[in-house]
Amino acid sequence: MTKPGIIGSAVAALLIGGTVAAFAIAWRPAIAAIDSPPPQSFGRALVKRGRDLAAIGNCAECHTVRGGKSFAGGLPVPTPFGTIFSSNITPDAETGIGRWSEAAFRRAMRSGVDRDGQHLYPTFPYDHFTNVTDEDDRALYAFLMTREPVRATARVNQLSFPLDQRFVIAGWKLLFLRRGTWQPDAAQSAEWNRGAYLVEGLAHCGACHTPRNALGAERASAPFAGGDVDNWHAYAINGQSPSPVPWDADALFAYLRDGWHPDHGVARGPMAQVVSNMSSVPDIDIRAIATFMAGVFGAPTPDRKRRGDEVLAQVKLAPVQASNTNAEGAAIYAAACATCHETNRPLPYGGVNLALSTAISGPDARNTANIVLSGVRPVEGERSPIMPGFANSMNDGQISALLNYLRSRFSNRPAWPGIEKTVGMARRTQTVLLQTSAGPNNAPADTTQRDKP
Amino acid sequence: MMTLKVNGRDHQIDADPDTPLLYVLRDDLELNAAKFGCGLGQCGACTVIVDGKAVLSCVTPLLLLDGKQVTTLEGLGSIEAPAPIQRAFMEEQAAQCGYCIAGMMMRAQALLQKNPKPSDDEIRAELEPHLCRCGTHMRILRAVHRASRLMDTAEASPAGNGSGR
Repeated sequence: MTKPGIIGSAVAALLIGGTVAAFAIAWRPAIAAIDSPPPQSFGRALVKRGRDLAAIGNCAECHTVRGGKSFAGGLPVPTPFGTIFSSNITPDAETGIGRWSEAAFRRAMRSGVDRDGQHLYPTFPYDHFTNVTDEDDRALYAFLMTREPVRATARVNQLSFPLDQRFVIAGWKLLFLRRGTWQPDAAQSAEWNRGAYLVEGLAHCGACHTPRNALGAERASAPFAGGDVDNWHAYAINGQSPSPVPWDADALFAYLRDGWHPDHGVARGPMAQVVSNMSSVPDIDIRAIATFMAGVFGAPTPDRKRRGDEVLAQVKLAPVQASNTNAEGAAIYAAACATCHETNRPLPYGGVNLALSTAISGPDARNTANIVLSGVRPVEGERSPIMPGFANSMNDGQISALLNYLRSRFSNRPAWPGIEKTVGMARRTQTVLLQTSAGPNNAPADTTQRDKP
Repeated sequence: MMTLKVNGRDHQIDADPDTPLLYVLRDDLELNAAKFGCGLGQCGACTVIVDGKAVLSCVTPLLLLDGKQVTTLEGLGSIEAPAPIQRAFMEEQAAQCGYCIAGMMMRAQALLQKNPKPSDDEIRAELEPHLCRCGTHMRILRAVHRASRLMDTAEASPAGNGSGR
């Protein structure tokens, strides 16, 4: 054989071998379709447990679009790579998961492959759900298969080549999907371990709160160090937390239980739906999450503790007028904000004293800009916090002046750079969440509903 | 002193720049359609139109209004010559105590200028910031649809440029 011939054969062998290997990595078999199991075939207690787990997993937030039915999908999820539309996870036979067996559901949760054998985009956070136990997957399956079937065809994702090719996801999984990223720690309490299991698994806190790398995977080296989602910043919830008053387990429990805490304010933005869903979850699981997360935050340094105490003391005193270098911002604050934020009406119906606001001490101005523009929507049919939006009454320059004033008066951090750009961007996008999400009203916050399947 | 343009006229206002627009409208200009409800921007009774958009006048300080056109309900029409939105609310008997209605009409007017044929859902979403304790919501919905039809034939009051009255 000639020399080029040898090279040619070697290249051909490599190509064939590579193709076979790629096929082996990417190819997954279909799992046979089943006839939808009748709802009565699932035990009541199992369905109820699945309901609590689905609330912890915040499934409804992504799988419901405004004006659509619960779990019928269709929410556009913006990512740096394009827009992905959530799927229909009601038991509709044609457009939902009605023909999925429990094994097919478990495979999707564990390795992000649908019943047909197609790879699912990691917008569905199977990098966390892979940690969910068989038992919990069974309960989630029972809950979803007993929902009202809704006919709603998934919309086609807006992704460009090659990301629209699903075999690409197999490569992503090879790099970033790790089974068993959570293991129980015998040195810790059962409560801590329960919290760790929920946080690292179903609750997928890191999906928003951990920064992502260029390929869209969570950076393993920076867990809970703060991430971005839909033009909102998800704060660092570890030692780098920008919260003026340090968090502890009791504060976390109260915040996750009620949706607000007097030293931290009210959950809003994407977190409003998380706490709304949590309202149907038993105390014991919320306590476990709070216990584990308190460990992730860690004990505050003496400096942070001192700063927190100072802020708490300061908000109890009469307001101090800041220097008059930003008269416009100060006047807007006095007339439009202080009437709620400085009258000491108790939370959650009064506005939080902004010295306690994490948003104003946060790394960028996006969250504050989003809230000033759009306000806080009330929860339908419930007593809930409310704030008017100011998009119609303030232009970008005026909101920038206000934000600069808030930053200099209520935080000890340097001015936000490029604030007008941030405000302009916030106004243009108005965040997909605010336009299309169904809003925090899916799970009944009414405690009498909690025992219903 | 600052110049405030209300319903197409310039007014010289002597007030602190952080005075809420609502106080100036009611106390200085005696335009009493916009109501003081909660004073916190949570009930909608104080709604007026600024440059074509619905704005809560109780949390809008004067200094934000430099060079802008303010329209109040008085600027849309009068008892003798009601605007389509006012006629529609009267014909549907959409007011009971009436305290919220001026605000409702102003936001509905702003909606119809932007979207002349809103759906029920769009009207509901738009009027969400407004509270009505009498419970005439269904009549309000009908009135907004009626106003939309009336505007097909009558000329909509041009609240955007403030040249109403």
